[in-house]
Amino acid sequence: MFKLSATISKDVRVLLRDRIGLIFMFGMPILLVLIVTSIQNSTFELVGKSKVSLLICNRDTGGASREFILAVDTIGFFQLVPAPAGAASLSGAAAADLIHERIRHKDALLGLVIPADFSARIAARAKSVTGKVQASFGLDSTMNAPDSQDSLPVSLYYDPVLQESFRRSAEGALYSALQLVESKQILRTLYYALNEKALPDSLERQLLNNRTRIDELPAVSRKDNRDLPNATQHNIPSWTIFAMFFVVLSLGSGIVREKRNGSFIRLKTLPTSYAVAIFSKQLTYLVVTLAQAVVIFALGAWLFPVIGLPPLHFPGDWAALIVVTLLCGWCAVSYAICIGVFAQTEEQANGFGAVSIVILAAVGGLMVPSFAMPGSFHLAMSLSPLHWCLEAYYGLFLEGGSLKDVWANILSLFLIIAALQGLSFWGLKRKNLI
Amino acid sequence: MNPQPPGTTQPPAPEPALRISDLSFGYPGQPPIFADFALEVPEGSRFGLFGPNGAGKTTLMQLITGLLTPSRGDIRIFGQPVVRGERRVNKLFGFVPQDLSFYEELSPVENLAFFGAWSGLDHATIRRRTDELLVILGLKDVRDKKVAQFSGGMKRRVNLAIGVIHRPRLLFLDEPTVGVDVQTRAAIIRYLKDLNSEGMTLIYTSHQLGEAESLCDRVALIDQGRIVAQDALDALLAAHLSSGLEGLFLQLTGKAYRDIDV
Repeated sequence: MFKLSATISKDVRVLLRDRIGLIFMFGMPILLVLIVTSIQNSTFELVGKSKVSLLICNRDTGGASREFILAVDTIGFFQLVPAPAGAASLSGAAAADLIHERIRHKDALLGLVIPADFSARIAARAKSVTGKVQASFGLDSTMNAPDSQDSLPVSLYYDPVLQESFRRSAEGALYSALQLVESKQILRTLYYALNEKALPDSLERQLLNNRTRIDELPAVSRKDNRDLPNATQHNIPSWTIFAMFFVVLSLGSGIVREKRNGSFIRLKTLPTSYAVAIFSKQLTYLVVTLAQAVVIFALGAWLFPVIGLPPLHFPGDWAALIVVTLLCGWCAVSYAICIGVFAQTEEQANGFGAVSIVILAAVGGLMVPSFAMPGSFHLAMSLSPLHWCLEAYYGLFLEGGSLKDVWANILSLFLIIAALQGLSFWGLKRKNLI
Repeated sequence: MNPQPPGTTQPPAPEPALRISDLSFGYPGQPPIFADFALEVPEGSRFGLFGPNGAGKTTLMQLITGLLTPSRGDIRIFGQPVVRGERRVNKLFGFVPQDLSFYEELSPVENLAFFGAWSGLDHATIRRRTDELLVILGLKDVRDKKVAQFSGGMKRRVNLAIGVIHRPRLLFLDEPTVGVDVQTRAAIIRYLKDLNSEGMTLIYTSHQLGEAESLCDRVALIDQGRIVAQDALDALLAAHLSSGLEGLFLQLTGKAYRDIDV
């Protein structure tokens, strides 16, 4: 036991004097989590909370276009940007040029040109539909309008930086507003045709505002957790895992350095097994990974709200959080030791260690969501220890789960740890180090 | 010679500090370095092991300290076999490698604490021995400074201190004074003689033959994996009519370069 405590004491001292290693293990992940969460939070807010700027050039002077603009505004998805004075009198091509110019100058992400005959077309379509309805009821048609064109009589312009999925959302919202305006016009026209008087406002509201409410809930929510996922809940676990695995730059290269410098020769001639050194490094760096988790979690919980980011909400099952964090840390340490045992030079350990972690993070779902991975990557994903760490953390942080909900991930982590430890043991035995 | 009184038994002859018999070893795919090699170092001696580059000194040292496993033969330290993975025998010897073998990020005290623990000492003994060694080797005033800041000579003294902290019965020294100034060399040689006078057996390799003459009482010259001469230093010089170890060395091993095949 004294040998182990002396070795831990030595390892801690060496670690604390390795300033570059400490920066890699603590400074870099903290910077990463701050930057990535800030960037991703603005994306989350763009989609979830902030309104998308929409410049509308209304060339129509009828009532339908005004109702359409009102409906677009009511959706709450867009922030309407007023068109410059005189835009309404522009030709179609000039209006398109104006929208292009304004979008290029980042005045708005989206631009909409409502054609001059918008209201007339809506009215014509309403009359056409009303005539068909009357005919189908066996009534004399009072509406004799030709079939209206099927194409949407508005043009939507977009900034190319907008992702397709986002454009589709905007398009869907505009269709919804158009549908409302068209339905309203058809109802009014039909009511007038049947009753020869205007549709009362109260009845119009009843007919058009009877939509069933959509209650939005995370599908995997447990324990009545109704917190919607945000950038913090996604990023803190991801980058904590990333930070943990980056101990390879200190631990992996430290083992190689020890093997390559003279101290290793002396260690091998002393009456103590090198297994003590490996065990000491495991304990020391396991504490390092726990410290990393505590620091990054604390940042998320207490610093993020101060700088305007969503605060980190801890899972209800603290025991599960501790178990998962311990296993993630142990897995990271096992990986680093494995690399340290097999690498011949520090350059190999650092180069392979860093690159392999980035690759494992990418295939493990830390950078691209795992559901978006092509099927051919699923095997690689299941072999990435970072994937199982992330799944276990997401089970707790995003799904509000408990230990029993993440046991499958824990089991997978155990198997990977056992494989890494076994490989390291075999490597040490093969090199006659233990 | 007095006859043995009836009913009494002769006490067993003391085990030599080192006994190597029938040793064979070669690296895979290469011709053997040692074949039926034998060597005996009596306890209490200051034994010098010399030879040209590539003679097999370092390999022999690695075989003796258990860093390499012989393909055949027996190596015993004070009668205990050197078996790889069996670490009891490692308590009997100390090793001062040619490379500086410690953690430069740590101070002498921290290095000695760690290597002392790995040598099997308890906390109190480590503290006592550390204090003694730092005074003897002139490192008392820098005991808490990082070794990385030390001069070459100071680092050599730290290297030596670590090798002897557990007071081994047998000490292997591989070029312990390489790259140090005259003062440090003299201090190290003086200290090694003191250790020997307290009963520690020394096995020493070096290319500093002048230094070897002042330290060693017995020498062996090895070349191409075999011993070409072995005896007390004075007897060896007399037998080969040589005035010094360097002349004897050249006489027995030749003047040709001993470059290794690359």
